[in-house]
Amino acid sequence: MDKMPKWADVVLIPLISLILAAAISALVILAIGEDPVEAVKLMVDGALGSTYGWGYTLYYATNFLFTGLAVSVAFHARMFNIGGEGQAMLGGLGAALVCLYIPWPHWTMALLGASLGAAIFGAAWAAIPAYLQAKRGSHIVITTIMFNFIAAAVLNYVLVNLLRPKGSMDPATARFSETVHLPTLHEMLAPLGIAFNKAGPANVSFLVAIAACVAIWLLIWHTKLGFEIRAFGKSEQGALYAGISPFKITMIAMLISGGLAGMMAINNVMGEAERLVLNATEGAGFIGIAVALMGRSHPFGVFLSAILFGFLYQGGAELALWTKIPREMIVVIQALVILFTGALDNMVRMPLEKIFIALRRVKA
Amino acid sequence: MDFLTLIQVLDSTIRLATPLLLACLAGLFSERAGIFDIGLEGKMLAAAFFSAAIAAVTGNVWLGLLAGIAASLVLSALHGLASITFRGNQLISGLAVTMLAQGFTVLVAQSWFKQGGRTPALDMDARFGPITFPFADSVADVPVIGPIYSELLSGHSILVYLAFAAVPASWWILYRTRFGLRLRAVGENPAAVDTAGISVVGLRFAAVAICGVLCGIAGAYLATSLQANFVKDMTAGRGYIALAALIFAKWRPWHAMGACLLFGLLQAVAIRFQNIELGGITIPVQMMDALPYILTVVILAGFVGKAIPPKAGGEPYVKER
Repeated sequence: MDKMPKWADVVLIPLISLILAAAISALVILAIGEDPVEAVKLMVDGALGSTYGWGYTLYYATNFLFTGLAVSVAFHARMFNIGGEGQAMLGGLGAALVCLYIPWPHWTMALLGASLGAAIFGAAWAAIPAYLQAKRGSHIVITTIMFNFIAAAVLNYVLVNLLRPKGSMDPATARFSETVHLPTLHEMLAPLGIAFNKAGPANVSFLVAIAACVAIWLLIWHTKLGFEIRAFGKSEQGALYAGISPFKITMIAMLISGGLAGMMAINNVMGEAERLVLNATEGAGFIGIAVALMGRSHPFGVFLSAILFGFLYQGGAELALWTKIPREMIVVIQALVILFTGALDNMVRMPLEKIFIALRRVKA
Repeated sequence: MDFLTLIQVLDSTIRLATPLLLACLAGLFSERAGIFDIGLEGKMLAAAFFSAAIAAVTGNVWLGLLAGIAASLVLSALHGLASITFRGNQLISGLAVTMLAQGFTVLVAQSWFKQGGRTPALDMDARFGPITFPFADSVADVPVIGPIYSELLSGHSILVYLAFAAVPASWWILYRTRFGLRLRAVGENPAAVDTAGISVVGLRFAAVAICGVLCGIAGAYLATSLQANFVKDMTAGRGYIALAALIFAKWRPWHAMGACLLFGLLQAVAIRFQNIELGGITIPVQMMDALPYILTVVILAGFVGKAIPPKAGGEPYVKER
């Protein structure tokens, strides 16, 4: 018998965790000497109050959708892919190479090609830790952490020594050509007569990210492979008994995960910067962990929490602009969300379970 | 490369290996007791900030050290609460601890000192200064032995000597005391320890606390000895290199010292030479940066002996089952 109804597990626990994180953040803001209510107003206004704000909120959310989905898929196979950051960096390299060296006639084809390139590079970066986990038993958390650092070194080398245009001091690639420019929300909505601010970097890859959510939902709950991934995640012994190959599932889950993390590049590298710069990922790989935990590894939950984190990022930037609250406030909030929804899950869950069991007794 | 350059590189190897060694031994105690800790980075960072801040405000570096240790212990307690008391995921908890430190240090630094997330530079007497060995100056001119004694061995801060003294101390505690035996047992088979009537929770909290103290010293060393103030993200992945060194050393104290010296040497060489010419092939500096991580992956993959972590590592202990 379940200890709790499903809605409590899916909605109530994340909500309570979020409230706890928000309460502590409010205390921190008070301690800095700012008004938390004012801060929230400023954040809502700055992130959601205008199409300018939405342009940034949705841009950030697109990044977090990809990395959040990436972490979720690995979670379903009971693996903790902490290497989304490195995979997204490599994805950026894949997207940049595709955009720089192939003369695309139209952005639609370029988007397809860049998605593929980014996904392949990201997946390849996840493949080695996955193989080592499946065949040699090396702990995937440690190897993916190591691969994050190796990715940073690789990217640094490639940008400084190989891809940097001659005469440029900046460790970045040349600008991509105009033909691979992805339409922004402004450009997409203008023909429909909807005025959307020009400055916001949100672009067509937001739609790709939503499509990825749907695809992952179909994959995990409506295909044989998805069933095998979940079965493997629930019990490796059980999966083995059912004839599911642990090696195959580990590899496939991590390849999908790495590919998704890599695909973030179509948003930040191809859509926004239109060239590959150093540290293009800006920690989005780690935020993916918070997003996946908060969204309970369900694509719809990931969608909601990605929007929430997009809001926090844009709102946090506004806060840093107008108040004494530095940008790092978002990192604190993000850490608190990971702490409460991930590590201290039982702290919220145990008392709730007791309450529900007590309620049931009263009814019975 | 002449002899003096060699001595200088080795000298900076010792300086750079010190924070790695302290953090590595910290991880050793925690992981030997079955608590994985990927939050070493965060604890060092918090300690670096609070030691530099308190040393700057009070002018007393020892108070700074204590503040650093206290900050690190608070994060340790949080990690313990999440992973021992509430049996949460230790890896997620470690990550949260690191992020918390990354955000909070800059946040507090900015609202306290208003210098863009850094602390004011410390005077020489608010830092851990060099300790000069007796006769170091007078033997400096003696060939070979002179530079080794006066440059390499003498002239480090007290925390450096403390870090290297902690290696035999850790070995002795882990392998020659009752507490150490129990600590190792709780990382391998907590049920057996429980059956013997010893508190699993107590032992694990003790291990996590030792880890906190050592990370605190490591962070204080970074901000008050190696450098003279706190800057944003100043640990720069050292916590993860320490973790790598721990795996490289296969969770053993003396080997940990070897691994940390090796990784310290890599850092020292990378700082001093940038790109290295080796028989016509140029080794880029990025390769030196990535080498500790690559070596660790190779070790983890079991190509050079197998690195087997403590058996009960990462598993929360549930009494009734």
